[in-house]
Amino acid sequence: MDLLRAIFIDPFAQMIGSPDLLAQTIWEGFVGGVLYALIALGFVLIFKASGVFNFAQGIMMVFAALTLVGLHEKGVPAWVALILTIAVMYALAVGIERLVLRPLVNQPDIILFMATFGITYFLIGLGELVFGGNPKSMITKELFLPGGSIDLHIPGGRVQLQKLDIAAAAVALIMVAGLALFFQKTRIGRALRAVADDHQAALSVGISLNQIWVIVWFTAGVVALATGIFWGARSDVSFALQVVALKALPVLILGGLTSVPGAIVGGLIIGIGEKLGEFYWGPLLGGGIESWLAYIIALAFLLFRPQGLFGEKIIERI
Amino acid sequence: MKTMTLFKSAVGGLALSLAAPVTAVAEDSIYVPLFTYRTGPFAGSGTPIADGMHDYLAMLNERDGGIGGVKLVVDECETGYDTKKGLECYDAVKPKNPVIVNPWSTGITLSLIPKASVDKIPILSMAYGLSASARGDVFPWVFNPPATYWDGLSEILKYVGGGSIDALKGKTVGYLYFDAGYGREPIPMFQTLAKEVGFTLKLYPVAPANMQNQSAQWLDIRRDNPDFLVMYGWGAMNPTAIKEAAKAEFPMDKLVSIWWPNDADAASAGDGAKGFKMLNWHGTGANYPALADIQKLVIDKGKSQTPRGEVGEVLYNRGVYNSVLIAEAIAQAQKITGKKVVTGEDVRRGLENLNLDAARFKELGLDGFAGSFKTTCADHNSHSATFVQQWDGAKWTKASDLIGPDTARVEPLLDEAAKAYAEKNAGWPARSEPCDNK
Repeated sequence: MDLLRAIFIDPFAQMIGSPDLLAQTIWEGFVGGVLYALIALGFVLIFKASGVFNFAQGIMMVFAALTLVGLHEKGVPAWVALILTIAVMYALAVGIERLVLRPLVNQPDIILFMATFGITYFLIGLGELVFGGNPKSMITKELFLPGGSIDLHIPGGRVQLQKLDIAAAAVALIMVAGLALFFQKTRIGRALRAVADDHQAALSVGISLNQIWVIVWFTAGVVALATGIFWGARSDVSFALQVVALKALPVLILGGLTSVPGAIVGGLIIGIGEKLGEFYWGPLLGGGIESWLAYIIALAFLLFRPQGLFGEKIIERI
Repeated sequence: MKTMTLFKSAVGGLALSLAAPVTAVAEDSIYVPLFTYRTGPFAGSGTPIADGMHDYLAMLNERDGGIGGVKLVVDECETGYDTKKGLECYDAVKPKNPVIVNPWSTGITLSLIPKASVDKIPILSMAYGLSASARGDVFPWVFNPPATYWDGLSEILKYVGGGSIDALKGKTVGYLYFDAGYGREPIPMFQTLAKEVGFTLKLYPVAPANMQNQSAQWLDIRRDNPDFLVMYGWGAMNPTAIKEAAKAEFPMDKLVSIWWPNDADAASAGDGAKGFKMLNWHGTGANYPALADIQKLVIDKGKSQTPRGEVGEVLYNRGVYNSVLIAEAIAQAQKITGKKVVTGEDVRRGLENLNLDAARFKELGLDGFAGSFKTTCADHNSHSATFVQQWDGAKWTKASDLIGPDTARVEPLLDEAAKAYAEKNAGWPARSEPCDNK
């Protein structure tokens, strides 16, 4: 009876009793969710265009942030370092297309997937070789990212909103809107959607698959850079950050591998869900449940929608 | 034809070199492997320690020609703080007759403990690893001076209790910890003390995957509002926790960490980290003759990977302290056995006879660097006192006098845990090793 009460009554009583904590938990979950969504977006972009599940997305985030901070440490002004980092991500996209994707075209998906493992280890080694293994502080002030917090006073207490987190959410929204416009309104965007729908058909109407791959990997690199900047500012830029990228997996399970809105909505559901779960039900299990709770939430959704929230339903006739 | 012969010779030579067994290092040297991690999620903690360990031993080679006239062969093996890789390192160095291993991970230490007595290679887990291994009667091959995690916990609790753990009765104490072997190590003692003294213990585990994603733990801390918060963090967990504490406006004077954060961990949180406290038992800064020798003979000569400015940081000096223990154990082993080139068995005896008093530290060029301590056959730790140091935004300042462990409470628990370990591991050998300080 006590257990049932602890599961079904106490958490809700706490929510009503301390609305400030509830609002703070939802805000923290929202910010985490936005960042998960950005990581997931990188996966989705690449999967849509090339059918590759890019295991290297996490290390791309670390590598991009590390390049930015590393260049600044070497005396390059922050904005120049930012532009150079974007250039590095473009060079990386070209390199991956030329050296990995092009030679492996028409190979089974699993081969391409394994190749992204190779890219992961290459980027880890390159990053450590050039910038060292020590964590670095993100150059938030130099990039004019805001510091400090805003206190919202609500009945029962206050909710603290970090200005950096607000900026992260705003940048994420702008990026998603920009990407949506890019895909819907530009010629390249339409070509990309054509490739995503059918490679052969896209090739037959003269769309260059190689060019599209470069654009998509570059876009994923820029998204990785934005995510790396904000996550690096919340903690530090270190190789441990790539583990955070694994949180995108339940987001992808939930949102579907091919859906941009799915990545966003999935990220928010996972982010808010895991924080609420950890905060209100975690103590029942000794805490630390958010590592696996995200997967439980995703699997629960899968029971009802196996293709994910917005994924395409694949019907195969035998 | 000639080309073909050359090709065959090259292939043959390569095959032979690959097939040849790993040979022991030269007989006129002493092999000291260092398990380090300069890469991966824990590099922030691992790198300065690796640098400090390496540089002190390299300095002895440069300045003194080694120890007792015998050169040290110092060899690093990258573990990435991964137990599996640590065991691979152990297997790789074992055939080279190491005189000691330094696992630098509680997980690796726990896996190596059963191997030590079989392979006759002593383990130095300096202020980490299994607390109960301080009991030399049960663990003759394991050494964890100068204090155990349990000592450290009792010292923190004494400090926040104003000198007595009993003063915590009725309070709420939080424990924010790295959810792995290391962070879990003090929990049994924490729980026993909570029950005995009557304080409420709140646990906040941080999974390795969430080291840089701690907002959930800090929401819990805000809700529970503990009177004090004890932290056992490592790697990327430390700077993130300090930043989160500052963000949550948690009073820094109520947050006390065990001895593992580094200068960079506090510095990365900016002004918000001012007032952050941690335990320590040795000096910070580079103002010691031995460190000046390192700078002159090793770093300035390009024989080290240490970046300018790292010498004197907490974890760099910790690495130096670790190597001081290695060097002293080897020197003691030479003294006890009369041999110049000592073995693992000899160094085990050396580790059981460490005697670092103020005069010896001065002799080593580390005057006032750390408190004196002794090991014996029964006590492989010494349970030394530590002090609290506080970050002022740029450097550490001492915030307390020396605080000794709550021996009356810790000792019986250590005995109990050592006994339980031996009983749990069927066939655990009774001590048969000689003792030189009865």
